Amino acid sequence: MAITLSENAAQHVAKFIAKHGKGIGIRLGVKTSGCSGMAYKLEFADVAAPDDIVFESHGIKVLVDPKSLPYLDGTELDYAREGLNEGFKFNNPNVKGQCGCGESFTV
Amino acid sequence: MALLQISEPGQSAAPHEHRLAVGIDLGTTNSLVATVRSGMAVVLNDELGRPLLPSIVRYAADGKIEVGYEAQAHQASDPKNTIVSVKRFMGRGLKDIAHVEALPYDFVEGEGMVKLRTAQGVKSPVEVSAEILRVLRERAEASLGGQLTGAVITVPAYFDDAQRQATKDAARLAGLNVLRLLNEPTAAAIAYGLDNAAEGIYAVYDLGGGTFDISILKLSKGVFQVLATGGDSALGGDDFDHRVFCWIIEQAKLSPLSHEDARLLLMRAREAKEFLTLNSEAPITARLSTGEFVDLKLTSEIFTEITRTLVQKTLGPTRKVLRDAGLSPAEVKGVVMVGGATRMPQIQKAVEEFFGQEPLNNLDPDKVVALGAATQANLLAGNRAAGDDWLLLDVIPLSLGIETMGGLVEKIIPRNSTIPIARAQDFTTFKDGQTAMALHVVQGERELVSDCRSLARFELRGIPPMVAGAARIRVTFQVDADGLLSVTAREQTTGREARIEVKPSYGLTDDEIAAMLKDGYTHAAEDAYRRALREAQVEAQRLVEAVLSALKEDAHLLTTLERAHIEACLAKLQAVMLGDDRRAIDEAMDALSKATVEFAARRMNQSVARALAGKKVDEL
Repeated sequence: MAITLSENAAQHVAKFIAKHGKGIGIRLGVKTSGCSGMAYKLEFADVAAPDDIVFESHGIKVLVDPKSLPYLDGTELDYAREGLNEGFKFNNPNVKGQCGCGESFTV
Repeated sequence: MALLQISEPGQSAAPHEHRLAVGIDLGTTNSLVATVRSGMAVVLNDELGRPLLPSIVRYAADGKIEVGYEAQAHQASDPKNTIVSVKRFMGRGLKDIAHVEALPYDFVEGEGMVKLRTAQGVKSPVEVSAEILRVLRERAEASLGGQLTGAVITVPAYFDDAQRQATKDAARLAGLNVLRLLNEPTAAAIAYGLDNAAEGIYAVYDLGGGTFDISILKLSKGVFQVLATGGDSALGGDDFDHRVFCWIIEQAKLSPLSHEDARLLLMRAREAKEFLTLNSEAPITARLSTGEFVDLKLTSEIFTEITRTLVQKTLGPTRKVLRDAGLSPAEVKGVVMVGGATRMPQIQKAVEEFFGQEPLNNLDPDKVVALGAATQANLLAGNRAAGDDWLLLDVIPLSLGIETMGGLVEKIIPRNSTIPIARAQDFTTFKDGQTAMALHVVQGERELVSDCRSLARFELRGIPPMVAGAARIRVTFQVDADGLLSVTAREQTTGREARIEVKPSYGLTDDEIAAMLKDGYTHAAEDAYRRALREAQVEAQRLVEAVLSALKEDAHLLTTLERAHIEACLAKLQAVMLGDDRRAIDEAMDALSKATVEFAARRMNQSVARALAGKKVDEL
């Protein structure tokens, strides 16, 4: 079981955390909403919850709550640029289908 | 799939509910758009990676509208249809514009604002600005992958209401929802995070391409107040280029230059200026169309020397604004540098010497205003982290004041004051032995209370009896960050106090405020009420007289009880009809009418009987 960051993503996360000024890492998760069942959560993690599972990738701590982990296991978080837009991208092997916009997905 | 940004803990947006907000620096020379990505303010570049958009719009004869670099390329060949520095015309009439004759445009006097005749018809500065904003909006939507929730647009601190309104109109025309207009120096201060810094006085030194602005801000409780602004609308980085250009001509002993050569040397001058930011000498080489070859070296000493007067010219207004604010340079806690021209080492040095401290310059001075606006936009769009406070930097749209004897308005807080604000003024009694004072709070720009909007009335009682003019009553107006006005009246010797709270702009739309500004507010609702009241009074008078005369003639038709009832109703109406309670008048009139229905019927029967008495049916 693991969640990883691409090197590019790790660099960006490090930069954003430095700018954010606090926090121990990033929190990944899923929540049930959106047009196709599940939606990703990507947040700064200021504190770890007792049940959190913590991965470390390229020096960045990645926190996941145990309920989200089955949906995210094996995911690599990447940082991508599409035209003028740029941001983080979940490469999640569990996904079976996603809505047109890609903001929500089903497993 | 969609690209995500890192949110604040617990603030992940649901799909399709991202609140995309941008900050826009709508500048005289260049404009920028910025946003907050993963908690960090960044300027959004165009497809070619360029952050700046020259604030230039060209209305080409073939119907094409070009904005930015594209338009800039035609500045020399099509000056009449290529609008530069349109910001100088925003909300201005022809007579407000300096050196109209030197501008290449075909001006048309418009309603309240000058307009420009172009190959595509007459365009107002609002429309021209909207073109610039539209390009920035499209850039932002392409960069953020969605529709914008709103934008914060910056304006110079000295912009008046007409200029601010024009900027808002331009944004609306460009399809932008304006979350707020933000003063440029305030935006710069926010970009440096000064809103989280210690309270105190900050100076913002803004030397752009063609304008110089200096502002003194006061930070208290996380809100910036503009204490004073000043500057020189015809002084900027371009003047430094020009000095170097003149120096080149002098050194190379060049005869009059062709247009192309002049432009080439001006470009070389600018390059040399920029090179000297990080180097101590800059080579200047150029081959002119005449075959002459220019090969010079500009050292930073010479550059400093030839631009010394320009640097000094910025310090004059700086001294003046400090004087206006009643401050000394030592009282300034921090100095923010804005505008590309502040990169010049001699500027940095002069500012440092003047204020006795190193200015804040670690952010890109070209971007700092847009970055601050983006930070503010992000907050206003609701993407705030827990604990982040709202920053409210609104102004009061209309003056607030109090009624004085003779129905005149004494303005206490002038319009366009930034909130929160508190102002106090002392008043006194009008009559000997006066122990109470009625306070009437009004809003508006007109001189007479009857022409302003009434907000609230309250009384201060228990003033010790004194001769007229001896009492000192301090009236304090305070508008908090939410625009809520509270008025306190305090008698100074006894400390007796009365207060009231009102919300001044409640229920007023932007349009209403604009209308109020335009021709003063003419109490439409109150006038309508007064008219109805006056009509009710007249009607009541008529009814009273009718009943009185009927009683006089036909009182015998009534029983004593009936008569007493009618007289009671009559007395009641007479009691209220001269007051200003319209509902009471209406009610009393109703009661009297009902009480006299039977009486009226009997009188009718009586007259019918009288008319018919002794007559045969066929005589009728």
